[in-house]
Amino acid sequence: MLQVNNIEVTYMNIIQVLRGVSLEVGDGKIIALLGANGAGKTTTLKAISGLLKTEEGEVTDGSIVFDGKRIDRYGPVEIAAMGITQVMEGRRVLGHLSVEENLMVFAHNRKDRKEVKADIEKVFEYFPKVKTLRRQTSGYLSGGEQQMMVIGRGLMARPKLMLLDEPSLGLAPLLVQEIYEIIRRINAEQKMAILLVEQNARAALGIADYGYVMENGRVVLSGAADMLRDNEDVQEFYMGLSAAGSKKSYREFKHYRRKKRWVT
Amino acid sequence: MSFFLQLVVSGFALGMVYALIAIGFVIILKCSKAFNIAQGHFVMIGGYLGFTFLVTFHLPVWASLILAVAAAIILGLLIERFTLRPLVGQPVLAVIMMTIALATVLEGLATLVWGGEYKTYHGVLPTITLKIGELSIPPETLIGVMVSIAVVTILMLFFRYTRSGLAMMATAEDEQVVQSAGIKVTTVYALSWVIACVVGVIGGIILGGVSGVMIPLANVGLKAFAVVLLGGVNSIGGAIVAGIMVGVLENIAAGYLDPLLPSGGGLASVFPFIVMIIVLIFRPHGLFGLVEIERI
Ligand SMILES: Nc1ncnc2c1ncn2[C@@H]1O[C@H](COP(=O)(O)OP(=O)(O)O)[C@@H](O)[C@H]1O
Ligand SMILES: [Mg+2]
Repeated sequence: MLQVNNIEVTYMNIIQVLRGVSLEVGDGKIIALLGANGAGKTTTLKAISGLLKTEEGEVTDGSIVFDGKRIDRYGPVEIAAMGITQVMEGRRVLGHLSVEENLMVFAHNRKDRKEVKADIEKVFEYFPKVKTLRRQTSGYLSGGEQQMMVIGRGLMARPKLMLLDEPSLGLAPLLVQEIYEIIRRINAEQKMAILLVEQNARAALGIADYGYVMENGRVVLSGAADMLRDNEDVQEFYMGLSAAGSKKSYREFKHYRRKKRWVT
Repeated sequence: MSFFLQLVVSGFALGMVYALIAIGFVIILKCSKAFNIAQGHFVMIGGYLGFTFLVTFHLPVWASLILAVAAAIILGLLIERFTLRPLVGQPVLAVIMMTIALATVLEGLATLVWGGEYKTYHGVLPTITLKIGELSIPPETLIGVMVSIAVVTILMLFFRYTRSGLAMMATAEDEQVVQSAGIKVTTVYALSWVIACVVGVIGGIILGGVSGVMIPLANVGLKAFAVVLLGGVNSIGGAIVAGIMVGVLENIAAGYLDPLLPSGGGLASVFPFIVMIIVLIFRPHGLFGLVEIERI
């Protein structure tokens, strides 16, 4: 369904961040993309979704193919229309809008009004906690509720492939478990493929079929999820680190203010 | 008492127009994060368009309004497409400079087309004067109030209940998220300029009916600016309440305070700004400004 072939990505024509990244997502699969802070995971997702172009980033080499079509030349709006939705890192709620309005924004291009209504109820079925908050201003929700809402928001676009960027960021372990359980359910019931970016390797490999590990803009390791789980390096560098590192990454977390926006 | 009521009623009418114009301001501020210096100039153009359609072409009020709105839509689309879209991604300051340039160009164009002299369309409006008790409301004011209430209501419904309205509110929050939802933000920008032009032009027709049209009609933009700061820069509801407040205060100042001054007047136009300064000192976000929501 998705093939990323040896892509290189440069920001503002000078900062090279990805140096040949290849990965593949099969129909209906959950693929984990792991790595420490700054490895280039988010950049990889933005290259796929086209959001890179809103930050003056560019795929300078390699190709990205989705359903047999080369998509790396397209912008985020076209790519969203093809059936790829990115759930961005840091939740990015539309804070002054209500929960339901947040959901509706992602149904903007859909004509099937009845089904949109049904999908909203479907989202609330997956996330019953959020249902009771449907008319609340989303900015005041707790971190976990917001994370649930933005995953649900992504679902409203009915994507074939969802790119999920660090859904466990800053959340308590129990909540992470709950959200991961729902992600697994969504994947199974909606037959929706998921490319899951995480620093929390333990959580991600718990539900993934296959995984890639990135370092310094390259994929350094890949394999079936259970194989990676048993791999000593992964255990040492990513599982050990993820427990202690979750706090660290939370503090370091920041958005990159875009200097120049590119819009379609 | 009836004098007071008269002042409040005509102040409310004036205030609704301010609110209308201020909404145009808020929309641009929300979507493009820039102050639109040309907002008052849309008002001035509206006044002249009103003169052209009502007086030069002898058209009825409704036809004049429709034509003026059509012209405003075209103007908004042209302005966005040719002056602001090339600036997408540039610093906000560039956008503000562009609106200053636009203001100057519109002023020049208006002088070219309509000449510099004072135009008025007194007498072309139907001569109905509404009388409620001792209160009498002249036709300009009556039509003005009805039109501005109608437009403000339509806009509120638009933001609340339509997808495009929601897309605009969402764009004001996070452009990147909106694009990831598959929404073209250029369409949203175009729509925001169209709305700014339309409310400006409609406001201009109403004000032109009340007080005539000249180039300095554009200065009402400054008052809309005060309204926006008073209401809270990013709040449409705030702009409406503050608009009415400013209109009423201005009229009350004109009615009660100006006669007491040795100069015999002048306070009316300053009074709203004094109120604005006082409010801002105590509430920097304005009366109803959306506060940045921060969660740790
Ligand atoms: N918009 C940007 N402009 C310039 N550099 C960026 C931008 N976004 C990310 N980077 C840089 O790219 C590298 C990888 O970042 P990122 O893809 O966010 O990594 P990860 O998601 O794995 O933490 C970092 O060194 C970061 O500083
Ligand atoms: Mg990241």
